[in-house]
Amino acid sequence: MPLSKRMELGRTDRLVVLGLLALMLGVPVLNLALPETALLHVDTFTVTLLGKYFCYAMLAIAVDLVWGYCGILSLGHGAFFALGGYAMGMYLMRQIGDRGVYGNPLLPDFMVFLNWDALPWYWWGFSSFPFAMAMVVVVPALLALVFGFFAFRARVNGVYLSIITQALTYALLLAFFRNEMGFGGNNGLTDFKELLGFDLQSDATRMALFVTTVACLIGAYVGCRAIVRSRFGRVVVAIRDAEDRARFLGYRVEHYKLFIFVVSAIIASVSGALYVPQVGIINPGEFAPLGSIEVVIWVAIGGRGTLFGAIVGAVLVSFAKSWFTGLFPEAWLFVLGSLFVLGTLFLPRGVVGILERPSS
Amino acid sequence: MESDDAMGVGSPIVRSRRRRVYALVLAIFFAAIPSWSVRAEDAGLEAALAGLASRDFREKGAAVAAIAESEDPSVSRILEALLDARLFVRAADARIVGAEGEGDDVAYFDAATGLAIDAADAAGLKKIIVNNRMRTDLRTTLARLRLASPDAEVREIAAKSMMADRSPRTLELLREAFSKERDAGVRETLRVALALSELESDDPELQLGAVGELAGSLHGEVRNALAALIERSQGDPAEQGEAVRAVRAAAEAAIASIDRKRSGLALVETLFFGLSLGFVLVLAAIGLAITFGVMGVINMAHGELMMLGAYTTWGVQQLMPDAIDASIFVAIPCAFLVSGAVGVVIERGVVQFLYGRPLETLLATFGISLILQQAVRTLFSPLNRAVETPGWMSGQWVVNDALSLTYNRLFIVAFSIAVFAALVGLLHATGLGLQIRAVAQNRDMARAMGVRGSRIDAVTFGLGSGVAGLAGVALSQLTNVGPNLGQAHIVDSFMVVVFGGVGNLWGTLVAGLGLGIANKFLEPFAGAVLAKIVVLVFIILFIQRRPRGLFPQKGRSAGVT
Amino acid sequence: MKIHRMLKKSLAITGIAFCAALPAAAADTIKVGVLHSLSGTMAISETTLKDTVLMMVEEQNKKGGLLGKKLEAVVVDPASNWPLFAEKARQLLAKDKVDVVFGCWTSVSRKSVLPVFEELNGLLFYPVQYEGEESSKNVFYTGAAPNQQAIPAVDYLMNEIGVKRWVLAGTDYVYPRTTNKILEAYLKSKGVAQADILINYTPFGHSDWQSIVSEIKKFGSTGKKTAVVSTINGDANVPFYKELGNQGVSAEDIPVVAFSVGEEELSGIDTKPLVGHLAAWNYFQSVSAPVNDAFIKSWKAYIKNPKRVTNDPMEATYIGFNMWVKAVQAAKSTDPTAVQKAIIGVEAPNLSGGTSKMLPNHHITKPVLIGEIQEDGQFATVWETEGLVPGDAWSDFLPESKIIEADWTAKLNCGNYNTVTKKCSGQNF
Repeated sequence: MPLSKRMELGRTDRLVVLGLLALMLGVPVLNLALPETALLHVDTFTVTLLGKYFCYAMLAIAVDLVWGYCGILSLGHGAFFALGGYAMGMYLMRQIGDRGVYGNPLLPDFMVFLNWDALPWYWWGFSSFPFAMAMVVVVPALLALVFGFFAFRARVNGVYLSIITQALTYALLLAFFRNEMGFGGNNGLTDFKELLGFDLQSDATRMALFVTTVACLIGAYVGCRAIVRSRFGRVVVAIRDAEDRARFLGYRVEHYKLFIFVVSAIIASVSGALYVPQVGIINPGEFAPLGSIEVVIWVAIGGRGTLFGAIVGAVLVSFAKSWFTGLFPEAWLFVLGSLFVLGTLFLPRGVVGILERPSS
Repeated sequence: MESDDAMGVGSPIVRSRRRRVYALVLAIFFAAIPSWSVRAEDAGLEAALAGLASRDFREKGAAVAAIAESEDPSVSRILEALLDARLFVRAADARIVGAEGEGDDVAYFDAATGLAIDAADAAGLKKIIVNNRMRTDLRTTLARLRLASPDAEVREIAAKSMMADRSPRTLELLREAFSKERDAGVRETLRVALALSELESDDPELQLGAVGELAGSLHGEVRNALAALIERSQGDPAEQGEAVRAVRAAAEAAIASIDRKRSGLALVETLFFGLSLGFVLVLAAIGLAITFGVMGVINMAHGELMMLGAYTTWGVQQLMPDAIDASIFVAIPCAFLVSGAVGVVIERGVVQFLYGRPLETLLATFGISLILQQAVRTLFSPLNRAVETPGWMSGQWVVNDALSLTYNRLFIVAFSIAVFAALVGLLHATGLGLQIRAVAQNRDMARAMGVRGSRIDAVTFGLGSGVAGLAGVALSQLTNVGPNLGQAHIVDSFMVVVFGGVGNLWGTLVAGLGLGIANKFLEPFAGAVLAKIVVLVFIILFIQRRPRGLFPQKGRSAGVT
Repeated sequence: MKIHRMLKKSLAITGIAFCAALPAAAADTIKVGVLHSLSGTMAISETTLKDTVLMMVEEQNKKGGLLGKKLEAVVVDPASNWPLFAEKARQLLAKDKVDVVFGCWTSVSRKSVLPVFEELNGLLFYPVQYEGEESSKNVFYTGAAPNQQAIPAVDYLMNEIGVKRWVLAGTDYVYPRTTNKILEAYLKSKGVAQADILINYTPFGHSDWQSIVSEIKKFGSTGKKTAVVSTINGDANVPFYKELGNQGVSAEDIPVVAFSVGEEELSGIDTKPLVGHLAAWNYFQSVSAPVNDAFIKSWKAYIKNPKRVTNDPMEATYIGFNMWVKAVQAAKSTDPTAVQKAIIGVEAPNLSGGTSKMLPNHHITKPVLIGEIQEDGQFATVWETEGLVPGDAWSDFLPESKIIEADWTAKLNCGNYNTVTKKCSGQNF
């Protein structure tokens, strides 16, 4: 595919990329270089929070790519996000080495107190960073490939597809909850110490993670932009708008869908991998079907079918959630719920819709 | 407590010793009580009763035994009061006072004299608390007293509770009771109890006869007794007499036959469990099948509408605390109306602006579900509400000794079938149903024919929501009534609707039952969690084979996205 | 252009909102953070504890505050979301600069916030019974460790009721898993055969108990006295007990002893069919002690509902709060390091009339009570330990765990000291 042809960015895109770049470079400087008392000092708490929001933004881009551009409403993207998170978490677990509470050099603590005597085979290799990163990409990609191959070939679409993606993440949720699975059960993986030898609690490591997250977000944004602007992307949009017509014109619809689905799964997974070291825990709760629905809502609030909107929606809703849970702990669900209802009723094209209206 | 207890109460020696004491008590009780002894017994009762005021459960237990031994005619009245927590200590003079009746009609009596006490004198009463062990002893003691009851049912229970006791004295008592018994059911129970006692004897011939008697019985004690018999007769066959070997062979054959029957019944039981789970799923999903299937609206607030139905059940019970048995029948229409009304409000307020954008209804209704949840949390606190089970729904229908079906599940199965039938009837045999189906199939054409589309939409959504409320009534009898009730069921409901085929009520029925039964048959092998995972994976694979569910909709309306 | 301007504007709005989110720095108060879920699945249990802390703060202020300053509660809602717990903990410690935090219910929420507390050197008082196998410099465990709940309960059933066959039923997560592991080892050490132990795990919120109750019934029908030791969590209990009642399993046939069912859970259940089933706790509302009567009275007045009940985690919060107050008074400072030093050995009254003491392993001494459910939703104490039982962070019945010791005095200054390798492992500072 001649992807490179459409690589040049539009005005909005340039603005987004520049804005993110400014954040990527500015925030760490404001955090590390300025003294804590300075007015413009950004404290570590805010940086971690921003890092988390940008992970969500990446996940939202992934969902927007399949839903906004290809019309596949996945209510199970949390599964890919969590799988990436688990791959990273397993690497971080192995990094603990013999510094766990039982001092066992081979087994993570939760295996020791459940009397496991050997490391299960699927944990092998995760002590190597490159291997773990490869798994971040390979595992969700494979799952998406197999799942998508059968689903798209059988022309499962609409609500049926949405519900089986939900069944997928629900089944994984239940599976990862089981302690026999060897992923730490409900507690998941936690108490991480180091990433590539860098202390996860130091501010410098946090900044590095933040910079990496924003860089990946920019990468995902630019990459998805390129895909949707290419000839390939136009076919994808055509499939969204009229699947049968695209098929009758001779396009192998399922191949296009499969490609987009797999790419989207990989982006979601990478965002999960970046999320885990920043929040310090990965547990099966991330597979929860309601969580995946929430991601779809971010995209809808931000503006479906615009990658910029996905970022805005994710950051806005997550920020609202963080803010309201501290501000009105007893009533924030009313606010959030109303936001969703009013958003869908009055902003059918999302927040980005308001921004664009004057120009259109 | 007696020194016996150092050995552990459960040890068979202690158990049988205590039983022998009871048997003795019983024997004396049956004998005519000479009139001159009454005064002396009264003093015994008085002393025994004093022990009940103790804080120590061992002393209380001894007091119960002493009361039983006192042979006072009011023994069963006192012990029954104690068992039902109707016996008190009066703070002023430490006398034991019993209460009878309920609510405002409570009458008090002095336990020692049996004389009535004015309510005014019954002030400062402290309830005598019994523990598990005392409760067991009380029941056994009462059972013995009741073997002579005029009520056949009471005698039946008494006979059953004596099965576990195989002392020679009991054997005599049972023989005596058996010879007097006229009721066929009680006779049968007594016969089994007798045979069980005979198994304990050393006479192989008697044993052989007993094994023959027991061969058909499914009672739990029978199998245990036969297994124990085989255990005892283990040894070198060459050294054993012909008779002993014959007894053992007979016992083994009897056990095999019991196990065969039991495994058949276990299958029936699992099937029932599966069906009842399936009907719960159907009930929870059927409202969704209407809003989702017929209207194409993905209603994420469906679970919360069920929650409202459950809270309505609780509310109705709060309003009529004296008529819990009837409350459920009041709750059913109330829940339908409450959830239905909320549904209509949701439809008029939000959903009607989103037709043609089904995925956006998902987002808006998700917001509504959050609001409803928090509203309930704010109004009623996040704590669960206690919904009482009506008397007629608790307990179980005992088919035989190895199979019993719980009444609440039976009720839910029946209720579910009724709701389903009513819905099918409504959709296919009424004018309203015709209009609903017309709008669902082709909105524009229906409107052209004079159907008021928006009114039908509101009615349909209200109907689906009302049915969710009905599901809430059923769920309130099974699980927590709290703000999380809806979330716990929404995913399963969607699975059922999609598996069955969107827009097809029969599909929902078959899918719900199928998934319920599959779940229950998998559970014993795989455990509850794996069973659920397997079912989910099955749904995913099935949808790949048949992308439109079990019963795909045909024609124009199939294009629901 | 237009978008340009709009973008700028929206960025500016976001910035302002961020600033607004910063709470105004109050000068002369001591801040008490409350980290309990007020929404989501755990709200049902945790909301009560939030109210308890608020009540304690109010009462302390009535007494004139602490060190001459007023206490100020900072409440946040981690919404039963585990990563959000870590975020909110960081917010409380780094942004709001609270001096102490009372919070968490589930083990996973505690595990999630633990690194944050250790990194920022905060103080967390954790008021819920848990699986043990942990002792952090920054956490004080005022709920029961397994040896303060599970083992005495099993002892009671074995010695007083004569139970010979055991069903260990639990929700599939770390607390039941660890507790059952400990109990299994303990039962076997008492000569119980493997065939007489049935272990069963169910998912969270399991609602269809038909098959499992029927299996328990069959397991219990062999003539040997059988009991169920239940570590079933919160929401799954109601349908479990309802099914037990409906299938006619009474407390006399097969008693169920639960570790997660207290007065508050019972207030949401129709208790008639449950009379006689048991629970093991360190406190019951029905305990008769003047200090308890006073607590119940002030609780009902504070919550403005005469029907509200009290429960064990509330008592643990009460003890923890008072211990913290005493430690702050002794240290004359709210500085976490000073408080950590001062609190070891501090004694505070518990609500059953005794005095609990903070041990060097950051657990406390508690009495163990076994109660039977009564018709009014209360427990009647049927047995209690002679004296107070000291909380054991590392179980003596698990091979890997019994060689580990926790002591935060100058002697070891370590939560996971391996007595074999003589090494202190797993510390995050």
